[in-house]
Amino acid sequence: MSQYCQAMPLSRRGLLGAGVSFFAWTHLPKVASAAGTRDPRFLTVILRGALDGLSAVAPVADPDYAALRAGIALSKEGANAAIPLDGFFALHPKMPNFARAYAAKQALVVHATASPYRERSHFDGQDVLETGLGGVGRVDSGWLNRVLMALPKGERIARSGGLGVGTVTPLILRGEANVLGWAPQASAEAPEDLARRVLDLYQHRDPVLAKALAGGIKADQLAKGGAPMQQGGGNPAMMARAATGAARLMMKEDGPRIGVLSYDGWDTHANQGGVTGRLADLLDGLDRAFAAFEREFAETWTNTVVLVVTEFGRTANINGTEGSDHGTATVAMMIGGAVKGGRVVADWPGLKAANLHEGRDLKPTTDLRGVMKGILADHLGLSQGVLADRIFPGSAGVKPIADLIA
Amino acid sequence: MATKPDAALVALQRFGLGGLAGSRAAIASDPRGACFAEIGPDKAVIPKADLPDTPRAIQMLTQLEDRQREMRQRAREVAQGKANPTEAMQAPVVAMPDPDEVRLQDVFAAEVKARFAFGVAQPVGFAERWAQFWSNHFCVAMRRGSILRTSAAPYEREAIRPHVFGRFETLLIAVETHPAMLHYLDQRQSIGPNSPAGLRQKKGLNENLAREILELHTLGVGGGYAQADVTSFARILTGWSITGREENIDGFGGFHFAANRHEPGPHNVMGKTYAEPGKERGLAVLRDLARHPATATFLATKIAKHFVADQPPAALVAKLAESFRKSDGDLAAVARTLLMAPEAWNAPPTKLRTPSQFLLASFRALGWMPERLQQIANFLNLMGQPLWNPPGPNGHPDDEASLVAPKAIKTRMDIALQIARPVAARLDPRDFAVELYGESLSPQTKQAIGRAENRAFGLALLLLSPEFQRR
Repeated sequence: MSQYCQAMPLSRRGLLGAGVSFFAWTHLPKVASAAGTRDPRFLTVILRGALDGLSAVAPVADPDYAALRAGIALSKEGANAAIPLDGFFALHPKMPNFARAYAAKQALVVHATASPYRERSHFDGQDVLETGLGGVGRVDSGWLNRVLMALPKGERIARSGGLGVGTVTPLILRGEANVLGWAPQASAEAPEDLARRVLDLYQHRDPVLAKALAGGIKADQLAKGGAPMQQGGGNPAMMARAATGAARLMMKEDGPRIGVLSYDGWDTHANQGGVTGRLADLLDGLDRAFAAFEREFAETWTNTVVLVVTEFGRTANINGTEGSDHGTATVAMMIGGAVKGGRVVADWPGLKAANLHEGRDLKPTTDLRGVMKGILADHLGLSQGVLADRIFPGSAGVKPIADLIA
Repeated sequence: MATKPDAALVALQRFGLGGLAGSRAAIASDPRGACFAEIGPDKAVIPKADLPDTPRAIQMLTQLEDRQREMRQRAREVAQGKANPTEAMQAPVVAMPDPDEVRLQDVFAAEVKARFAFGVAQPVGFAERWAQFWSNHFCVAMRRGSILRTSAAPYEREAIRPHVFGRFETLLIAVETHPAMLHYLDQRQSIGPNSPAGLRQKKGLNENLAREILELHTLGVGGGYAQADVTSFARILTGWSITGREENIDGFGGFHFAANRHEPGPHNVMGKTYAEPGKERGLAVLRDLARHPATATFLATKIAKHFVADQPPAALVAKLAESFRKSDGDLAAVARTLLMAPEAWNAPPTKLRTPSQFLLASFRALGWMPERLQQIANFLNLMGQPLWNPPGPNGHPDDEASLVAPKAIKTRMDIALQIARPVAARLDPRDFAVELYGESLSPQTKQAIGRAENRAFGLALLLLSPEFQRR
């Protein structure tokens, strides 16, 4: 048994009751009810496409921030001022729900964090994020599924498997443990991001198809009264609906307790926007999803953790098309009654050119696996040994971040 | 781009239904041989499935319509106070589908599934492309009434597929005597003015089938016929009909020659007098049309346009027409001529895949197709080319000007993503693109796929790429 386990107060061990496997449940969760029927919820939200962490949670007091982000930088003053989180960081103004939870010490930001992946392919980056491996490797097993396998078999949390929102099970949840799939009514329309890429390809390769596709998109928009094409995650209301549906399933008596939900569309290479625009709409949707979680998980909010992650960050500098390109470090966000919130956890590397990763990206100073490990240890009670060997193989050097859970 | 076209890729894309995983390598040593291997009498025949034949399909429909008619009649009588409502009618109204209606929908779904599953299973898909070409050439449309809703699919299996590698004459006769075609082009209603029925009912000729046989099925516009030939041929075809219950209680729904509607007398079509008795007279005209030089040229041009280019090489058209004439309309010989012609292999890939070809190619490439067959039918509707339901007897167009309708291309994009999503978890678009296209993959497409935000977008980009859309 690990040191970690031995260091625990004995009084809590009694809560487990007889007959429960100690194989994985060696580290007791911090929150436990007197009756021993603690029933935690853990939902991971994946933002596919690479969230620009510097726009979601801006280092407004960093002296180099405003210049790097000329045109889209958030500001501390004015009509659409960013919401201050502490003296240094401020939240995007489209995220009032997160700000409220943060003020209530139920939301937390980890900044300058990244998975161990250091290249810039979305596919590979998402793979690393989801497999929990130290690098790119073709395995068909996700870390969240291995979490389900590692939880004591008899426990409520392990019984009903995991919830995967979407038409297919995402890699993070694939593996031996049972998985339940649910998909909200998806729009039949391809989102704007894909349309832009197809149009770009056609403009280079096939002008006839380019003209036809552009005409078709325009006609569709006119038919809908000029409404813009939807973003990858859908419009903000659709994003909130998916969140509501997922949370309701996880609140059912025999429903899954661990789930994953993905939102597409974060790959903001062009016209990313500042306080309004493409990214602002997506953040608005994400923030409405937070409100939906708080509402739907209300009864068990103190036992709930929602973790928001993305495959990597974006360049510190704005590119020539008012967007940002693939980068490295970014933010992770946590919200829930079980979160020891009201803090930005960051070993801030600074934005001076010399401090940027490869001279272009926010430098990663916190391994994202440490965040995940901290949650899995303190919220779900997985031991450090299990986390290092089975959940995130070969990650013994990455310590769980302590005190993420209240 | 590779300077020399990849012959295996041309075989799969131009002559087939698109690559399967591993198929480019599998046929690389002999791409033409792989196409040749799909030429044969039964190569386009969908293996015997549990699908009703045309008479059975029409009988199922008739039973349904009879009962619906009775129910409507009964409802009218109740409304008029002439009858007491039955118990069922007093019960609260619950929208329950008629079980027979459900069965007909199931049959349609099974037909769609059989056709797509057959296409997906072909190593190259040449036989299926060839069969679909002829099915579209001799199209019928489900929109033309309930009989066609049930018989359009069996028609393709019965009249088209068994004959696409036989003699054109055999195919032509199978098509023009099939109940679906007789119904579609109004031949059932055509009555010889001087036939016993015509003299009694004062009804007359319907020229539709006669005209379309000349204009669309054989000679083509400008093929040397005049209005007088159309009328004369229409007279000859009078009496070609479908058995109704009156004619045959047990087996109605097949071809029926109604002698009492047949216009008497010899008739002259394009300078030749036809004096054969009854149905034979019409068959004699069809045999001559099948051999007419204008037919050879018309079909050769259409084949070359469909497979190779909207403006096909003249030399290719000439080869195909000559092959047709020399072989007395042996369609297997014409198919081989197409596959032997260097012009057919060397032309640049300009033809856009039709919606149906796009779907089949996608399903083959991804190794997946929707379980809900209605979804496939919906996809085709949305892209403007509903299955077995073209806008007119000239079939669905396959030329660029018709296919690049903005709405249709936009819809292709929406559908590409819907098709890509379910398989995105197990396919890496980058490997997959190289697997399908190898050296022929353009750097722009490769880059666009590699930069896609997620796997589903990457796969959708591949399905939408010019490499995939054009063949």
